[in-house]
Amino acid sequence: MGRKLDPTKKEKRGPGRKARKQKGAETELAKFLPAAGEDNSKRLSSRARKRAAKRKLGSADAPEMSKSPGAKPLPGKLPKGAVQTPGKKRALSLFTTTQSKKRLAPGHSSDEEGDSGEDSVLNQGDLWGSEDSDADMVDDYGADSNSEDEDEEDGEELLPIERAARKQKAQEAAAGGQWSEEETDEEEEEETVSPESGPREDEEADGLQINVDEEEPFVLPPTGEMEQDAQAPDLQRVHKRIQDIVGVLRDFGTQREEGRSRSEYLQRLRKDLATYYSYGDFLLGKLMDLFPLSELVEFLEANEVPRPITLRTNTLKTRRRDLAQALINRGVNLDPLGKWSKTGLVVYDSSVPIGATPEYLAGHYMLQGASSMLPVMALAPQEHERILDMCCAPGGKTSYIAQLMKNTGVILANDANAERLKSVVGNLHRLGVTNTIISHYDGRQFPKVVGGFDRVLLDAPCSGTGVISKDPAVKTNKDEKDILRCAHLQKELLLSAIDSVSATSRTGGYLVYCTCSVMVEENEWVVDYALKKRNVRLVPTGLDFGQEGFTRFRERRFHPTLRSTRRFYPHTHNMDGFFIAKFKKFSNSIPQPQTGNSATSTLANIDLSNPKGQVTPKSESSSQSAKKARVAVEAKQRPQKRQHPKKASFRKQNGISKGTDSELSTVSSVTKAQPSSKSQDSSQLAEKAAVAGKLKQQSPKLPSSKKVAFRKQHAPRKGPDTETPAVQPLSKAQAALKPEDGDRPCGNTAGAEKVKQLPEQPVKKAAFQKQNGTPKEPKTPTLSPCSSSWRPPAKRRKS
Amino acid sequence: MRPLTEEETRVMFEKIAKYIGENLQLLVDRPDGTYCFRLHNDRVYYVSEKILKLAANISGDKLVSLGTCFGKFTKTHKFRLHITALDYLAPYAKYKVWIKPGAEQSFLYGNHVLKSGLGRITENTSQYQGVVVYSMADIPLIQVNVMITSPGRGTWLAP
Repeated sequence: MGRKLDPTKKEKRGPGRKARKQKGAETELAKFLPAAGEDNSKRLSSRARKRAAKRKLGSADAPEMSKSPGAKPLPGKLPKGAVQTPGKKRALSLFTTTQSKKRLAPGHSSDEEGDSGEDSVLNQGDLWGSEDSDADMVDDYGADSNSEDEDEEDGEELLPIERAARKQKAQEAAAGGQWSEEETDEEEEEETVSPESGPREDEEADGLQINVDEEEPFVLPPTGEMEQDAQAPDLQRVHKRIQDIVGVLRDFGTQREEGRSRSEYLQRLRKDLATYYSYGDFLLGKLMDLFPLSELVEFLEANEVPRPITLRTNTLKTRRRDLAQALINRGVNLDPLGKWSKTGLVVYDSSVPIGATPEYLAGHYMLQGASSMLPVMALAPQEHERILDMCCAPGGKTSYIAQLMKNTGVILANDANAERLKSVVGNLHRLGVTNTIISHYDGRQFPKVVGGFDRVLLDAPCSGTGVISKDPAVKTNKDEKDILRCAHLQKELLLSAIDSVSATSRTGGYLVYCTCSVMVEENEWVVDYALKKRNVRLVPTGLDFGQEGFTRFRERRFHPTLRSTRRFYPHTHNMDGFFIAKFKKFSNSIPQPQTGNSATSTLANIDLSNPKGQVTPKSESSSQSAKKARVAVEAKQRPQKRQHPKKASFRKQNGISKGTDSELSTVSSVTKAQPSSKSQDSSQLAEKAAVAGKLKQQSPKLPSSKKVAFRKQHAPRKGPDTETPAVQPLSKAQAALKPEDGDRPCGNTAGAEKVKQLPEQPVKKAAFQKQNGTPKEPKTPTLSPCSSSWRPPAKRRKS
Repeated sequence: MRPLTEEETRVMFEKIAKYIGENLQLLVDRPDGTYCFRLHNDRVYYVSEKILKLAANISGDKLVSLGTCFGKFTKTHKFRLHITALDYLAPYAKYKVWIKPGAEQSFLYGNHVLKSGLGRITENTSQYQGVVVYSMADIPLIQVNVMITSPGRGTWLAP
C-alpha cells in the first residue's frame, strides 16, 4: 500500500458481485474511447483524419476528377484520393457522419482547405469510407470519432454515450461498406453515388434519421475505370447500377451527368446487363436495339423464368371440359388458357407428372406451348385440304392441324432431322391422327418432290432467341454468323414453301411462316425478302392480339404490309417469343430476277437514256434494220455496260411476264436504261417507254438479277438475226403485256416495288425473250410461263 | 412401299382376327373411303387411298410413316401387332375386359391384373383369347392375350 493507493477508488476485480457493478458512465466509456494509436496521440480533426487516411493509402486512387462537378461540390472536394466508395456505403456512412458533421456546421471544421460545411460533410463521409477501408475491419470505436469528438465538443455537448453510439453507427456503416468495398476495390473504382449532402443535412437538422437512400444523382463510373468486374462482381451493386442507369436514361436531359454522353451510359448499361443476366455481348447488343430500355429489362427478367406449362386438348378424342375434369380428378390444378383458344389449358401445378397420366397416354392432350398454337390458328386449315408442314418435329402443330381438319384431307409432315421424326411418329399415333404422311426431306427440296398444296406451314429453324427461358445456352452461343446462317436457311425454306403452295387452290393458297425468335434478321427481313422474290402478299393473321411486326428497323425499311405480321414476347404475353406471318399466294408464276427476262428490258435500256417522251417517236420511226443493228450493238455492249440496266430490265421483264403494268414496266425500263446509256436501246425502249408515263426510280435489285442479266446478254449475242424477229414482236409483246396485266393483280401493295422493277425488265425481257425463249430453266426464278405465253416463237430456246 | 403379298396378308389377318374375328372386312371397306394396307420397311400401315396417292410421290428411303402403323413383320415373318392398332380394333373387338379403376393404374404401369381387379368380362372368353382391355370409362387401354389360370393361382392379363 502506497500513498497512491486509494481504497475507495480501487477497482474491484474478480467473479464476485462487486466486480460486476457498473461504475458510472464516465469510467465505463473510458474503456471504449480510443486508446492511443500511432497517430492518436492527439485527437485529430476531421481534416487531419482525412489526411492521415490519405497518407495511408498513398496515392492509390487517382482522384476521380471525372466526377461531375455539377452534381456536387463534393467531387471536386475530394482531392485527397479518398477511396471512392460505392454509393450505398457512402450514403450510410455519410448518414452518420453527416449527423455529426451537421452539428459542426460550417464554422467548425478547421479545415485548411476551406471546405464549406457541405463539403466537410461529404468529405467526412468519404473519409469515413476511406478510413474504414484503411482500418480494415479494425474495431476502433473511438479512432474515427476523434475529429467528431473534437468538433462536437465545440458545437454541442454530447454525452459520451451519444458520441459512442454515433461512432458505432459509423463503424457499422463503414464495416458494411468496407466489405463491399473490399470486393469492389479490385473492381473499378467508381463513385456511383455522390452523396447528396443537402437534403441529408436537412434531415439531420430535423434530427430525423431516415433509413432511406435519397435520390442521388447517379454518377457514371469513369470510362477508364469501367474495366471490370473481373473478380466476383457484386451482383447487387450491378443490379442497382442497372436500375440507376435506366432511370437516368429515361430522363436524360435532367438527370445526366455533365460531360458524360449517352453512349457512355449505354455502354455501361450494356456491360452491366451482360454481367447480371449472363448474356453474350452480341446478343445483348441486338436486344438493346430491339427493345426500349424499360422493356429490355423486363424481357431479360422474363427470360429467367420459365413460362407456364400449357396443354392442348385433342378434340379428336375428347373435349376440353371432360379433359379438364379428368385431370382435376387426378390432382392437376388447371385453367382454360384464354379467350383466344378453345382447346388450351394452362397448368398451375400438379401432383402427378403431367406427361405421364393415362389421359396423356391415351392421347387426350398434347403438351404444347401457348405460342405454338398460334401459327396453326393463323393457318386455319379447312377439311379435305392438302397441307404441308415443312418442319414438323415434334409434331404438336401437325397434330393440331389434323384435329382442326378432323382427320380429313392429307397432311404431309416433313422434317430434316431423323431422330426428331421418331417423336413425330409417336405423337401422331398417340393422338390418333390418321391422315398424315411423315417424310424425311430437306425442306428446300420441296416443290420438286411434291407440290401443289393448299396450305403450307413453315415453322422455320431459328436461333431460338424467343425461347431463352427454355434454353439458356442461347444467351452466349449465338453469334452474328449464326443469325445470318439461320436467316439464309429460312429464306431458302420460305421460297421453297411458297413454291409448294398452289395459288389456284380453291380454298387455300395460304402459307404461314413462323419462328420462335425475336430477331428482325430472321423475321421481318426474311418476310420482306419473300415479298420481293415471289408473287405473294401478306394478309392479316387473324390473331387479334400480339404486337405488330416492324415496318422499319434501324437502317432497314420493310414493306408496309408487314404490319399485319405479329410478334409475341415473353414479358408482354407470357408466352414464348414468337413471330407469325401469313402469306397469300396470288400467282403461281415466279417473278424473274432482274436479269431482264422480259423483252421490255431492252426497251427499258433504251428508255433509260431517253426519258419519257423521246422514246416514242423514235421507236415508231426506226426501221427494223435499224433496230436490229441497234440491238446487235446493244447486245454487244450490254455485257459491259449493262450490269445495271440489265438488272433493271430483267426485273422489268419479270414484271411484264407476270403481267405487271406494262406502263410501269416501261417506265422503269426507262430509268434503268439510263445508267447504261445505251442510246440505241433507248430507241427501242422508247417504244415501250412511251407506254409508261412515269419514270420510276429503280432500286437496285438482287444480285440474281444481275446474273440473269448476264444470261440475257448471251442470248442476244447469240444471234442478231434472232433479234430481228424478236424485235418485231415487240409491239406484239407490248400488246401482250397489257392483257398480262390481268394475270397478276396489282393489288399487291408490294407490287409497287415489283412493278418498279418490272418496268425496266419488260423492255429487256421482251427483246431477250424473243431470242431466248424461256431464258432460264423453269425452276429458277426465270421467265415464267407467262412470258412464253405471249411469245410462242421464242419457245424453242433454252432450257 | 408396296402392297402386302398373299402370305403376309394371311398372316396378318390371322393375327387380327384373334381380336376382332370376322369383322375384318369392316376395316377395309369403311364408309369414308377405302382403306388398304401397305408394307414399308417391314411395317404394315393402314391408310386410306387418298393418302396413298400422295404418298406415292415420296421416295421410299425418305418415307417414314403413313397413316397408322398396325404392326410389323419380324425377321422370321411373324406379325406383331402394335398398340397403335388399338383404335381400330377396339370398336370391333369380340371379347372385352373391363378393369376397375384401382387396378387400372397398376395395369397401365405394367403389372398383372388379379381377378379381383376385373370389372366386367365378355362371357365365353376362353383362355389365351385375344381381348381388348378397357377402363371403366370405356377407354380402350390395350389389346392383350388373356391367360386365365386356375382359381388357386389367380387370373391375370398379360399383353
